[in-house]
Amino acid sequence: MQEKASVTSIVIAGIGGQGVITISDILAEAVFSSGFDVKKSEIHGMSQRGGSVTSDIRFGEKVYSPSVPVGGADFLLVVSPDQLSRNQRLLKPDGLALSADRIDSAQLPNARSINLAVLGMLAPHLPAIAATTWEQAIRSVMPEKLHQTALPAFELGRACQ
Amino acid sequence: MGHRQNTQRLLLSGNQAVALAAKHAGVALGVGYPGTPSTEILENFSAYGGRAEWAPNEKVALEVGIGAAYGRARVLVTMKHVGVNVAADPLFTAAYTGVDGGLVLISADDPGMASSQNEQDNRHYAKAAGLPMLEPADSAEAYRFALLGFEISERWRIPVMLRMTTRICHSQTVVECEEPKMPPALEPGYEREIKRRVMIPAYARPAHRELRRKLAEIAAFNETSVFPQVDQGSRGLGIVTSGVTYQYVREAIPEATVLKLGMSHPLPMRKIREFAADCERCLVIEEGDHYLTDEIRAAGVKVESKPETYRFGELDVARVRRILNNDQSPEPPPPPGRPPQLCQGCPHRVAFEILRDMKCIVTGDIGCYTLGVLPPFEAMDTCLCMGGSIGVGLGLRQVLPETQARKVVSVIGDSTFVHSGITGLVEMAYNRPRTGHTVLILDNDTTAMTGLQEHPGTGRLLDYSPASRLDYEALGRAVGMDKVALFDPHRDQDKLREALREALQGNQLNLFIVRQPCVLAGRKAKKMNER
Repeated sequence: MQEKASVTSIVIAGIGGQGVITISDILAEAVFSSGFDVKKSEIHGMSQRGGSVTSDIRFGEKVYSPSVPVGGADFLLVVSPDQLSRNQRLLKPDGLALSADRIDSAQLPNARSINLAVLGMLAPHLPAIAATTWEQAIRSVMPEKLHQTALPAFELGRACQ
Repeated sequence: MGHRQNTQRLLLSGNQAVALAAKHAGVALGVGYPGTPSTEILENFSAYGGRAEWAPNEKVALEVGIGAAYGRARVLVTMKHVGVNVAADPLFTAAYTGVDGGLVLISADDPGMASSQNEQDNRHYAKAAGLPMLEPADSAEAYRFALLGFEISERWRIPVMLRMTTRICHSQTVVECEEPKMPPALEPGYEREIKRRVMIPAYARPAHRELRRKLAEIAAFNETSVFPQVDQGSRGLGIVTSGVTYQYVREAIPEATVLKLGMSHPLPMRKIREFAADCERCLVIEEGDHYLTDEIRAAGVKVESKPETYRFGELDVARVRRILNNDQSPEPPPPPGRPPQLCQGCPHRVAFEILRDMKCIVTGDIGCYTLGVLPPFEAMDTCLCMGGSIGVGLGLRQVLPETQARKVVSVIGDSTFVHSGITGLVEMAYNRPRTGHTVLILDNDTTAMTGLQEHPGTGRLLDYSPASRLDYEALGRAVGMDKVALFDPHRDQDKLREALREALQGNQLNLFIVRQPCVLAGRKAKKMNER
């Protein structure tokens, strides 16, 4: 899955206002700066008013479609657990769902940083991305004052297996 | 990855790529009206240091753009697909007058209607108006095609349309760009050429012939230009495609030979004819209407087309496979998601609760407040087009039996009112319904739906600097409203309810402004003030 020849597809699901787009920006930045071809796609607009939101990230040697085909996702990241069932169909038969309900939210530095914890859960599955690259991506996408909650939240997710 | 010096490898959305191209092309002015999925183009152009402004609507935006291009400046004009309807009047005649500085008009189409009231296919506009149209397939092409758009526009002195779609605008893909080697922009200045720019019939007749001559030249240019791209695959199967559909085709049918048309008007018909003749099976796969199919078949080239069911909605890899196999079996519906809703604390909620409780016939408009149609309010009866709430409400008032006519209320947001509600208000005073009428401006001091853009009613420019502020109360009085009143939806709830009750019983013309800033606006204000 980590060979550049194949394409890795990730879907992040949640509801508007949860920071789905923020973590998809971080993920895209991390794979981009690791030298992969990358495409990231999501729908803005009406869906942002508290509605269901998904963001697709695909990377590899060469990526064509920016959106992940149904049954084509290697990973499904779920920031709002109630969005798991409607997006399950996007996963490959051997794809992996990583849901926020596996995070011990009591340990989060801030309840709003659950999105970073979910992204952290993906990190061990993408060995092509170095730990320092993740940190740089978080620092470059998030405003500085949020770094002190975002980085521990990401680490909490990464340690959660 | 960066091989040459000065090459930058960037991850950009299609909208950012167009903005960067405009900056690199030395565009003197970017002008448009916000509309998903086009909005971020001008915001990014401004962030890159370009001079960008929001016009009150798309027609004005294009007129300003044309004026600047008459003055030899390079201009970028942006709007969503339905905005081109509003701008169509200047657009069709600008094709006759031509331009001096390069003018690229972005039409951001929304197949699948992620955030629009229809999924019209604006490739028809290029043909109808007689303008070249470029269609990028990713951000890298959005960057390159925008630059080429300025070159074509200046070479043939003609406005160029760059058609994006939601997937192109909002997908981030890798762009490798270097500072472009294009001719520098002309020095702005005015040269009098009355016959080219004053479209009285005597001058417009030769201008139309001149336009057709230019298009014939551009069609010939397209044949050997960089736009038609052939990806060689197996000789048996040939696919003709354009835009983002190219990506789906390459992924779904990697063995096919593909002709990607970067310029979808005027078409390189000789190239298409040769391509089709070379394949055993030639299939056109396009998103939206059967535009390419119809054009190619009209030229006498035999091609297969997609089944009608794939006219609707976006295409994707799975749908392209179905088209290839002529599979017309029912597609699995996407599972229902959580519907969007008005934010907690949204000032619009109060107005819709009142309208619901009073069982009004509500002619609505376009913006966040269109969500008043959904539970728990269901307080909207029509929503047609920008500004349509007022005209549609007046039409109902004119013909309904009195008991029903008295229930009609028009509801419109502040940005939409400025966009095209003002003429509706003039109509209301001029052709006054017997039972009067009431218009509610839900004024949240921003263009909220598209992501908090400024407009002439906010008193701030695109870059948040102060500007003159349109006074709705004074405007209402000036056009002839009998009563103009201002309400705070949170503090004056009972007053608003009482005023509305009175209004529906009387025969007056009422303009009620329900004013309370958007709950999301505070965050933007903080960010902009911290800069």
